[in-house]
Amino acid sequence: MAIYRFTVNESPIVVDLPGMRRLLDVLREDLALTGTKEGCGEGECGACTVLLDGTPVDACLVPICQVEGCIVETVEGLASTEPGSDLPPTLDRLQAAFLKTGGAQCGICTPGMLMAGRAYIDAGGGPDDDAIREAIAGNLCRCTGYTKIIEAIALASGQDPAA
Amino acid sequence: MGIEPSVTSPRLLHDAYAILAERPVRPIAGGTDLMVALTAELGEPPDQIVDLWGLDELRGITVDSGALSLGALTTYTEIRRSAVCREHLPVLVEAAATIGAAQIQNRGTLGGNVANASPAGDTLPVLLAADATFVLGSIRGERTVASSEFWPAYRRTALAPDELLLRIRIPLLAGREMRFRKVGTRRAQSISKVVMALGWRDGEPAEPRSVAAPWTEVRLALGSVAATPIRARATEAALEGRPPTPETADQAAEALAAELHPIDDVRSTAEYRRIVAARVLHRLIREAGGW
Ligand SMILES: Cc1cc2nc3c(=O)[nH]c(=O)nc-3n(C[C@H](O)[C@H](O)[C@H](O)COP(=O)(O)OP(=O)(O)OC[C@H]3O[C@@H](n4cnc5c(N)ncnc54)[C@H](O)[C@@H]3O)c2cc1C
Ligand code: FES
Ligand code: FES
Repeated sequence: MAIYRFTVNESPIVVDLPGMRRLLDVLREDLALTGTKEGCGEGECGACTVLLDGTPVDACLVPICQVEGCIVETVEGLASTEPGSDLPPTLDRLQAAFLKTGGAQCGICTPGMLMAGRAYIDAGGGPDDDAIREAIAGNLCRCTGYTKIIEAIALASGQDPAA
Repeated sequence: MGIEPSVTSPRLLHDAYAILAERPVRPIAGGTDLMVALTAELGEPPDQIVDLWGLDELRGITVDSGALSLGALTTYTEIRRSAVCREHLPVLVEAAATIGAAQIQNRGTLGGNVANASPAGDTLPVLLAADATFVLGSIRGERTVASSEFWPAYRRTALAPDELLLRIRIPLLAGREMRFRKVGTRRAQSISKVVMALGWRDGEPAEPRSVAAPWTEVRLALGSVAATPIRARATEAALEGRPPTPETADQAAEALAAELHPIDDVRSTAEYRRIVAARVLHRLIREAGGW
């Protein structure tokens, strides 16, 4: 056991845990942030994608000892809530785009797709089909056939995908 | 994961050496091989792990003494973004781009690919064909091992139990040409069925009128066709001193098909691998010859 300090969605976190525990388990079990999903546990499916210091990683492959001092962003951090308000959270642009295009069906891949898409947009990616496909190549979806996910990311990347 | 091994995260290479000198400890770099093995409970789990991720001494891409030097912790994303790599060894950038997808490229390291010693490791043929050397270190000091000596048997390396891979060094030769080809099932995230790297330098044309210069210092290395990544030395000899003509390509492809003894496994058959390897080589020579 050891003390590890990092931030998750801007909240400072201090945990006392075995250093080889997977970031995925720390999020889901120790911090009760179950938005991040486990699909394969082997780096193949991307359902567990979170941002670590701004870059997408598979949380099932990162031991918590390597998260010391890092900034973690998960799907729970995308929508924003007014402090002290009872109103439902406001979806971020990318989440709203997924709703609009029908980018989510069963939803198991969605948190990972959103984080991979978020990283793509944050890095300045635009509505370019091939570049979006490469950005989500590590994320599997069994339902949508990807087209609507790509449309959603293109839409949220700020420009008209048809342009 | 069942049992969680204990882990230490040193910040200085010297401290890592001290930990490794005490008793056998398993290193972890980006974890993209090791975490999968631990989760799947493959093999005897290590009870103690040393986390290399904080060792900044194992990072950085530089050119010094006529060689490109990459720290063992260099990730595929760093290789893809490196102007130095793009200038001096674009074929490594090309290979890095075929590994996994973004999530894997952001964590997976070149040193991990080398130390993991999978016969399917995609950068390994590139390193072999480029005559890379590996700098290893322990409390006992540093030593250099040639890539052609580093993988003695299936999933074995020249690393002693207390040693770490520190750097990968690739001599920069003026006029060296290199090509890379990976054959897998799909573009992203697939383990290769055959992976090949070819290197050569153009020699002096035999007669003034001949268009294609003969190749010298030919290197041909392959992955996924044997228990270790290999150099195809008989085929290299068949190519040495020859220009990239259709005749050369036919003979080299034949030599390679005769030289390889791949195996059948879940990803492919021996016959497929042999035929594909020969075709891929033929095509690389054709492209280089421009016919
Ligand atoms: C979904 C997925 C897709 C993949 N796709 C590919 C692919 O297309 N091509 C490919 O080649 N590989 C692929 N891999 C395998 C893996 O990503 C690479 O082999 C990667 O380079 C391993 O590096 P790492 O830093 O993550 O290694 P780790 O998992 O940290 O370590 C791997 C092994 O090397 C040892 N080690 C690591 N660094 C050192 C060091 N400096 N000194 C001594 N020992 C060390 C460790 O003890 C361990 O035994 C894939 C893996 C996954 C999960
Ligand atoms: S659960 Fe992590 S990649 Fe599938
Ligand atoms: S929506 Fe079901 S897996 Fe993608």
